[in-house]
Amino acid sequence: MGIHATEVTADAGRGRTADSEDAPLLQVKNLQVEFRTRDGVAKAVNGVNYSVRAGETLAILGESGSGKSVSSQAVMGILDSPPGFVTGGEIVFKGEDLLKLSSEKRRKIRGTQMAMIFQDALSSLNPVHTVGTQLGEMFRVHRGTSKSEAKKKAVELMERVGIPAAKERVNQYPHQFSGGMRQRIMIAMALALEPDLIIADEPTTALDVTVQAQVMELLADLQAEYNMGLILITHDLGVVADVADKIAVMYAGRIVETAPVHELYKRPAHPYTRGLLDSIPRLDQKGQELYAIKGLPPNLLRIPSGCAFNPRCPMAQEICRTEIPPLHAVTEADGAPIQGRGSACHFWKETIHG
Amino acid sequence: MAEAQEAAEVAAIEAVMEQKVERGEPILQVRNLEKHFPLTQGILIKKQIGAVKAVDGVSFDLHQGETLGIVGESGCGKSTLAKVLMNLETATAGEVLYKGEDISKVSGRALKAIRRNIQMVFQDPYTSLNPRMTVGDIIGEPFEIHPEVAPKGDRRREVQDLLDVVGLNPEYINRYPHQFSGGQRQRIGIARGLALKPEIIICDEPVSALDVSVQAQVINLLEKLQDEFNLSYMFIAHDLSIVRHISDRVGVMYLGKMVEIGSDEEIYEHPTHPYTQALLSAVPVPDPEGREGRERIILGGDIPSPANPPSGCRFRTRCFKAQEKCAVEEPLLAIPQVFRGQDTPAAHESACHFAEDVDIVGATNGEA
Ligand SMILES: Nc1ncnc2c1ncn2[C@@H]1O[C@H](COP(=O)(O)OP(=O)(O)OP(=O)(O)O)[C@@H](O)[C@H]1O
Ligand SMILES: Nc1ncnc2c1ncn2[C@@H]1O[C@H](COP(=O)(O)OP(=O)(O)OP(=O)(O)O)[C@@H](O)[C@H]1O
Ligand code: SF4
Ligand code: SF4
Ligand SMILES: [Mg+2]
Ligand SMILES: [Mg+2]
Repeated sequence: MGIHATEVTADAGRGRTADSEDAPLLQVKNLQVEFRTRDGVAKAVNGVNYSVRAGETLAILGESGSGKSVSSQAVMGILDSPPGFVTGGEIVFKGEDLLKLSSEKRRKIRGTQMAMIFQDALSSLNPVHTVGTQLGEMFRVHRGTSKSEAKKKAVELMERVGIPAAKERVNQYPHQFSGGMRQRIMIAMALALEPDLIIADEPTTALDVTVQAQVMELLADLQAEYNMGLILITHDLGVVADVADKIAVMYAGRIVETAPVHELYKRPAHPYTRGLLDSIPRLDQKGQELYAIKGLPPNLLRIPSGCAFNPRCPMAQEICRTEIPPLHAVTEADGAPIQGRGSACHFWKETIHG
Repeated sequence: MAEAQEAAEVAAIEAVMEQKVERGEPILQVRNLEKHFPLTQGILIKKQIGAVKAVDGVSFDLHQGETLGIVGESGCGKSTLAKVLMNLETATAGEVLYKGEDISKVSGRALKAIRRNIQMVFQDPYTSLNPRMTVGDIIGEPFEIHPEVAPKGDRRREVQDLLDVVGLNPEYINRYPHQFSGGQRQRIGIARGLALKPEIIICDEPVSALDVSVQAQVINLLEKLQDEFNLSYMFIAHDLSIVRHISDRVGVMYLGKMVEIGSDEEIYEHPTHPYTQALLSAVPVPDPEGREGRERIILGGDIPSPANPPSGCRFRTRCFKAQEKCAVEEPLLAIPQVFRGQDTPAAHESACHFAEDVDIVGATNGEA
């Protein structure tokens, strides 16, 4: 069930070709995650495929509740289990399937080679330790750095992510920082050991635009400097346009569209993506009701048959209620291939070419 | 005796709550509000070595039936301001007049009574929901405290209606917060804020964790409820497009101060404060082609510490127009001298010695 491995990986990053020799840093293949709850089995991730190369940025967009965070938690190996279980697929990191490794080995990789910036900055910082202690611990535990040296490093990191008066504030507790500052502390923590892969789960949602720009620039700089792969989960299409190489759009636990950044905005090939783009408020649009995709997100205990989006889709036909659309390779109207584009819609042609 | 006094206090507050305020008249008046957090040193004997001036002399009005947007850099004091208005933090100084009555020092049962009319939606959907309560209990909790709003038998249905209203499946009523995604949790918080149909809702980043389509649904919903129930909103957010969409007036904060306030047109099309201008120029534009021809004002320098703000104008360490006067004289929030008495949208309150009406390319119509 749910295996639709028509593989169209969006490997078309800027200035890179899909057939380039270097293997991806991370390759997620047909990943499936479910939550076994009292009310039934919630299918949160239903066959997700993507890849990220060193130095590349993949942005994951999508419906709130579509499995963006849960699929990343599965990659990191920090899924809340039980009730969460990876029930299928592979997570190949530097050539090794992480799902086959011992938990000990995974913990090592997690500490030093991949890091995650969490969506919930406050609850992922420990309230009873100072920010400095928590930052310094990264160096003490993984690098064996001395206590005073670790503190110095902590101050450096805080300065690097733009915390004013870092020397004084290093001794403060998380609740004494504003939402945005806590998020910057989280970024500092993820960057501390210069990992190969960073998964940033809405790293800038709590930040205002000027700091947002700074933080994204900082992430991009460090990424270039260390040639890190970056998976950026975000709702902010403006941020995506600024930094991503390619985009994957999720709905109900599946990737429904993949595309290089500029392509996606210009001509979406999936009705959900189109609805999303139409919902963006603009500075010049005032007084009117905002466009919103009608209806409710699906109940994961009972995902609609066929295309999960069909109850809300303005283009739905009979086939949409019975057949799950595979990720089709999207081409030009004349059949010429478009690198890195895919759409899980029976009517992708009509959607993109009108 | 204390009890009698408390009862009298409650009665007095309830009398104030009964008063009707005309549309467009001030329902909340904030005067010179301050919140300073002490900075201490030492483990056994704590010694105060200073204070974080999170909110440092802020004054503004919230009018009945309007939405006042509040924007500003991370750490500038927006959430603290909201919490002080809600009396979740005690003000260090200043007043919060609700229908003319100072509520900044109210406590106990009187405070509880006021909360019937003033509610808050919190910024952090992770820590503001009790993990041991079901969603139904969380959203229904305000009814426990104010049972007169919904009779016991109706509560479950009310809660299901609220879930539906914020775009969550009513079948989820028995689930716990950790079973929801970030955006779903934020909607739970919104549903709870709406439960009592209060007069004033203070929304602290109510939509920042939502995808744009759900965000649009929630914004449309807030606007619909406002029309229906004549609600007044204070709407804190950092997404300037959303703030413009929903707000009648907008206030811009910087380092504990309100630096500019005016109608949405005045702020977005005729910003006169350099900080507002920089903010507007930094708005990310989703369409990669719409961003050409825009000039970003990149702010140099670090955000100063609110424990030790710069002298004179607090923005001067990063301002591209700063002059000597800015270091010695604090600019007050008022209509700038140059525009006084003129019939121009630039004539609105702005705390800058050198206020100028600048059209930020791309901020108004997207046409360069
Ligand atoms: N412990 C759990 N038990 C049951 N369901 C869960 C649990 N944790 C998550 N889920 C469900 O899994 C789905 C995916 O959640 P996830 O956090 O990945 O969403 P998301 O795409 O990150 O959304 P958001 O943008 O709102 O953060 C959600 O519908 C959520 O309700
Ligand atoms: N309990 C506290 N003790 C000490 N300082 C605090 C406390 N709460 C907040 N602060 C400080 O007060 C300032 C304002 O914080 P606040 O949370 O109000 O900012 P904000 O404008 O809401 O920022 P954000 O956009 O990041 O949420 C920050 O410098 C913060 O570190
Ligand atoms: S497959 Fe059908 S229901 Fe699904 S997105 Fe395409 S048209 Fe809509
Ligand atoms: S008063 Fe001076 S420093 Fe402050 S905003 Fe105006 S020009 Fe800049
Ligand atoms: Mg998430
Ligand atoms: Mg805040």
